[in-house]
Amino acid sequence: MTGTGNIVARQPFPQAAKVRLADPQLRSNLRRATHTIRDKRLRVVGELPDWEALRVSGAAIKDDVLARLPDLLDQFEAAATAAGATVHWARDAEEACAVVTRLVRQTGTDEVVKIKSMATQEIGLNEALEAAGIAAVETDLAELIVQLADDQPSHILVPAIHYNRRQIRDIFAERMPGVDVSALTDEPAALAEAARRHLRAKFLSARVAISGANFAIAETGTLVVVESEGNGRMCLTLPETLISVVGIEKLLPTFGDLEVFLQLLPRSSTGERMNPYTSMWTGVSDGDGPQQMHIVLVDNGRTETRADPVGRQALRCIRCSACLNVCPVYERVGGHAYGSVYPGPIGAILSPQMTGPDAGANRTLPYASTLCGACFEACPVRIDIPEVLVHLRQRGVDAHRGRPSAERTAMGAMSWVMRDRRRYAAALRAARRGAAPLRLGGRRDHVRHLPWPLSGWTGTRDAPLPAAQTFREWWAGRGRG
Amino acid sequence: MRIALFVTCVNDLVFPGTGRAVVEILERLGHTVEFPAEQSCCGQMHANSGYRAEAMPLVRRFVDTFAEYEAVVAPSGSCVAMVRESYPRLAADDPGLAERVAELAPRTYELSELLVDVLGVTDLGASFPHRVTYHPTCHGLRMLRLGDRPLRLLRAVRDLELVELPGAEECCGFGGTFAVKNAGVSGAMLADKCDSVCSTGARFVAAADNSCLAHIGGGLSRRSDRPGTGGDQPGVRAVHYAEILAGTVRTPASTVGGTK
Ligand code: SF4
Repeated sequence: MTGTGNIVARQPFPQAAKVRLADPQLRSNLRRATHTIRDKRLRVVGELPDWEALRVSGAAIKDDVLARLPDLLDQFEAAATAAGATVHWARDAEEACAVVTRLVRQTGTDEVVKIKSMATQEIGLNEALEAAGIAAVETDLAELIVQLADDQPSHILVPAIHYNRRQIRDIFAERMPGVDVSALTDEPAALAEAARRHLRAKFLSARVAISGANFAIAETGTLVVVESEGNGRMCLTLPETLISVVGIEKLLPTFGDLEVFLQLLPRSSTGERMNPYTSMWTGVSDGDGPQQMHIVLVDNGRTETRADPVGRQALRCIRCSACLNVCPVYERVGGHAYGSVYPGPIGAILSPQMTGPDAGANRTLPYASTLCGACFEACPVRIDIPEVLVHLRQRGVDAHRGRPSAERTAMGAMSWVMRDRRRYAAALRAARRGAAPLRLGGRRDHVRHLPWPLSGWTGTRDAPLPAAQTFREWWAGRGRG
Repeated sequence: MRIALFVTCVNDLVFPGTGRAVVEILERLGHTVEFPAEQSCCGQMHANSGYRAEAMPLVRRFVDTFAEYEAVVAPSGSCVAMVRESYPRLAADDPGLAERVAELAPRTYELSELLVDVLGVTDLGASFPHRVTYHPTCHGLRMLRLGDRPLRLLRAVRDLELVELPGAEECCGFGGTFAVKNAGVSGAMLADKCDSVCSTGARFVAAADNSCLAHIGGGLSRRSDRPGTGGDQPGVRAVHYAEILAGTVRTPASTVGGTK
């Protein structure tokens, strides 16, 4: 069953990118933010002499999880149930939203507080709850900004990365209920204070909290949430009912495995040695914390992704966002261009696998990369993103072999010419001769406009012209070869 | 040592000067260079665009052509990365081919690897009296891990002033068909790269890959012809570092930048 929800690009990537490229403010916000986190990450990663060994361990543990996933899920369900939690299963986004909506309804409340969670964004939970008359309040500062602005997140970790301080101040002034506009400046402290006042009231009144989980431990049935602000911990302790939405690939076999990931994750994501808040909870206990605990295990295309031997490594992802911060493409266009809650390099390989490559414009995502390799180098669980990108391109080409395409014709023709010495030499001569008139008596070595399909090149840069003599002609002229 | 030159398809047609420079350098060092005429293209463009079936005949052809040589050298980081990194993957389900790839791949070198690691030279007696900045292309940087080999070669060049490129490790935005399929983003990345290059005040930007240089050079060329800057004024030129290394005091690098 393929995945559904907010993981489908509605517009082809090049088109969506064009809109973002036209916004210089966006580009400079993104540049500043990604470079800051990037530098911080490099510094703290450089402190660990065993970083490479940690990456290898992280990848190995996750590969083991993927290999044994059905068994580990059973183990997790049994352990969590024994600890007093109720486990639910959802095949896709709609099912997951339906389960959560039903659970919230049962409590009789119409407002829930939320901990920042990619899984709930993926399934479109806020929209589903709203349609059911339930208000979902985001408690993560950046997530709150995006929610107030009625916008979509642009980054996995820093959803409001595309705004600067001044823009955030304006959003608060306009949209935050009860905010004291006269006292509101664009100082980070003032903005945080306004958010704190707004959220405090929500924490104290909420009876239901909704979270995701960074890790789920099969051995013990424990869920783990890692965060920076502490708002999550408020949600995890105050309300009576806790509903956690968890992707099935979030499992770790044992408690001991956490050691590796609690080193890899904070350094890769925020550039911190240790994240400020790590909360773990296992089922319920009398008189302490939530008294009802529901865990919704979501598939949503993960089983299909797991079935591909090359592509499955995308499921190792721990959502640290390091690949986004180093990606030169992401830096220019931001998250919205990818049309999915998973933007950047990981989104380019994850979204089309989860939904199937032909959903919406997801087929364009594997091409949203120069294959520069920066993402692979940064990834704490060694996902070879360029390898998967090429693999997905190949899957796409092979799946559409029956249909005519100018590109395939050209690729086929070039391959045919290049595999034969005489054909190849003749083609080189023809190309050189064809270019001769463009060279204006040998004075120019660049040309400004080329006809389609090469016009795609000369839209942004001049094209070099074939030389007056190919290398092999020169070599033959030396009286050898 | 029997060294075979893989000149690459882009160089053969558009940048033959780079191939000539490699021949010049290796012969000056006293080696015999052979140019197996059966060669064409490593298949990178096909493979990276998803056309594996179209790439495979070219993979086989490369292996057939070069199998007998002690060393294969190519003045292209991305083509060497294709052979060393991608061929083993592409050949995985053909054991016979995989074995031949496993033998050949470690003997296939990017020029600076051959010079520094295999032949053990950094000073080639070159001379190039210009200010130069160096862009380490992505495949050379992250796949081949060329490190400072090209820089060591350039530092040994007489009268060459090597200036650091800000944001050197950032991709220039070429990416093969990416430059056409995602021309907008590619252009934005190129603009930043050209800004960095121009900020150094260098007269030349050098690299180990003519594909990236064609892209950067194309961006710089368009800039140099902007209205008001005087049509034919020489701007910053993109040049393969091999062409710099080929120039000597007695025979200055004349083909540089235009390679025509
Ligand atoms: S793919 Fe790797 S770098 Fe990117 S978010 Fe996932 S874990 Fe982090």
